[in-house]
Amino acid sequence: MAMVINEEQQMLKESAQGFLAEFAPVSELRKLRDQGSETGFSDNLWRQMVDMGWAAILVPEAYGGLEFGHVGMGQIVEQTGRTLTASPLFSTAIVGVSLINLAGSEEQKTELLGAIAGGELTTALAVDEKIHHAPTQISMTAVQQGDHYLLNGEKRFVIDGYSADKLIVAARTSGSAGDQTGISLFMLDPSAAGVEIERTDMVDTRNAAIIRLTDVTVSSADLLGAEGDGFKALSAALDIGNAYLAAEMLGIAQESFDRTLQYLKERKQFGVLIGSFQSLQHRAAHWWSEVELCKSIVLKALKSLDKGDAKSPVLVSIAKAKLCEVVELATNEAIQMHGGIGMTDEYEIGFFIKRARPAAMLFGDYNYHGDRFAQLCGY
Amino acid sequence: MSDLQAFRQETRDWLEDNCPPSMRFPVTNSDDACWGGRNWTFKSDEQKQWLERMAAKGWTAPTWPTEYGGGGLDKAQAKVLKEELAHINARSPLDSFGIWMIGPALLEFGSEELKQQHLPPIVRGEIRWCQGYSEPGAGSDLAGLQSKGEDMGDHFIANGQKVWTSYGDKADWMFCLLRTDPDAKKQMGISLVLFDMATPGVTPKPIKLISGSSPFCETFLDNVRVEKNQVVGEVNKGWTIAKYLLTHEREMIGGFGLTNAGSDTLGQTAVKALGLEHGRMNSPLLRADVLKWEIDAAAFAATAERVTDEVKSGQGVGATSAMLKYYGTELNKRRFEVLMKIKGSDAMIWDGANSNGDAVPRTWLRTKGNSIEGGTSEVQLNIIAKNILGLG
Repeated sequence: MAMVINEEQQMLKESAQGFLAEFAPVSELRKLRDQGSETGFSDNLWRQMVDMGWAAILVPEAYGGLEFGHVGMGQIVEQTGRTLTASPLFSTAIVGVSLINLAGSEEQKTELLGAIAGGELTTALAVDEKIHHAPTQISMTAVQQGDHYLLNGEKRFVIDGYSADKLIVAARTSGSAGDQTGISLFMLDPSAAGVEIERTDMVDTRNAAIIRLTDVTVSSADLLGAEGDGFKALSAALDIGNAYLAAEMLGIAQESFDRTLQYLKERKQFGVLIGSFQSLQHRAAHWWSEVELCKSIVLKALKSLDKGDAKSPVLVSIAKAKLCEVVELATNEAIQMHGGIGMTDEYEIGFFIKRARPAAMLFGDYNYHGDRFAQLCGY
Repeated sequence: MSDLQAFRQETRDWLEDNCPPSMRFPVTNSDDACWGGRNWTFKSDEQKQWLERMAAKGWTAPTWPTEYGGGGLDKAQAKVLKEELAHINARSPLDSFGIWMIGPALLEFGSEELKQQHLPPIVRGEIRWCQGYSEPGAGSDLAGLQSKGEDMGDHFIANGQKVWTSYGDKADWMFCLLRTDPDAKKQMGISLVLFDMATPGVTPKPIKLISGSSPFCETFLDNVRVEKNQVVGEVNKGWTIAKYLLTHEREMIGGFGLTNAGSDTLGQTAVKALGLEHGRMNSPLLRADVLKWEIDAAAFAATAERVTDEVKSGQGVGATSAMLKYYGTELNKRRFEVLMKIKGSDAMIWDGANSNGDAVPRTWLRTKGNSIEGGTSEVQLNIIAKNILGLG
């Protein structure tokens, strides 16, 4: 499998680039922030994305989707990193679709995937309970009582948790924190009794929530997958999510580089362009080299997901860890090389660092994925 | 069965019959490599057989045209051959600056006469080449070279001093940059010439490195006669070819960042030395170094793969050799720094039972040169900044 994208994927990339530049540039994110948007995204934009088929890209053809694959979807997400576009695309069309497709029954898939593809349903995954990602450490309880379960516990950093039509909640039906077995997945209506949703005001202005469940009743029919057997699907969906977070961070790293390079070619000090200084040239060249590595490893991870390769978890952790490292370098260098103007809210470069950190933190940062990579390699 | 599948099967069968058993595991130290040349002493009969058999098929230079002794393979076939060689762990039949450097330059820029004269002996491993580029006063600033070739009509008389001539004391011929027009602007008056190291006035002297080995020489040129028909390309137009060759050299050295398949990974080496505790390496800080290196190495390997595929499919910038050279050599240096920490006090032993197997301290010291030879890391960053990023 050659390490290049094909013509169709290239076309999708270009159309996403054009669309996002026109309808969802960084100035739109600023507008959402300044207006204090409750959901943190524009419903109208999401509608347009759905109309273009983006919500259906990962949905199998059998359930009314396009089944276009991860490399293709990755091209779109990379572009959303360049424009810092907020939308339910990640939580719903990537994580939601993947988890439902991996764990759901025939009936659930038919109903839910169809609804997502048609733009009638948004989802949010509630997995983390502590301030650091640790999916095996789930301690939220789900106790079976006849034909339903009773859920108790707290989730945090639930992306789109404030806006989603359905929550996908990972809770423990047996075992204790640290066990992979005993984790079950539930489709939960956020308006159910006992569900308290607190919208957290995030550094990237996207909507995220702390969700507290107190004796919440969930029907057995809303169990996603077999009881106690949810970790495998959860882990696979997290891998998929992480590959896209890496793709988004690739977009952020590239765009902050392009903007900074442009600035080095415009800004004059001491009577010359600052881009003529070797100290800045070498830092820019190093940064560019790191981004080249990022392009390769993101593509490699997306391709391995499309192939269903057993090495996917390793490649995804490599990609996520590498992108966490490089996006930090990129966004820090972007501000430093812009100098004083990079510190102003008026200038857009500061928006990139604010999205880069939550994207890195979500579903495990450098430390988490470095550790996971080493464990998968046997050390 | 497609043509390529048929080629794979033929190749596999041929290798099965022709690759001697002792040539089917990776080279463990540099003494095992075969460099060929007039003065070469084969380490074994099988090393000789392996070279002769591969050379007879032209597979020491698989993609070169058959009329010059090459294999005449297209890129897809060459890839199959490479994969099949890797499949049986076959070692390279011939390491050669002729194949890696001057050969490609001759194919691109050389006259028909020069190609006929020099390429077939390179393929057969009969002539070993060295490179006469750097000088004491011309390192990073290569175009500032001063060794001169005085025009005597049908020949030049060369005088000067070259340095960092790889294996200059073992080589048979040199490809050499000379200033043939002293009045022209820096880059304009340089010619690329070829001469036999046995020519009177050529004196290579080995330089001992901090690693204890002497892979390089300084080479003195005293009134050396160089025939005019041994100029590659046009007289005074050698700089273009020199740059082309430097790109080749960068790509070759950049490959240092890629580890050999078949040998232990850095993680495995570390676990053997340090052991595990609750499934994690016994030293958390060293573990962090090892995993960071392995993540970067994986991303670098994916990049080498992507760059190759992009060139094949006509995408990509094609000017990435500076990046591969920069990143690959820095990565290799880091690998050996981590390896030294893994091996602990054993790595401090210069000579002895514990250092001989993988010669850690010597190799570690040798890697320090990786980011200097073939253009320093700083020069590579300059090239990226100027040629790719457009920073002046």
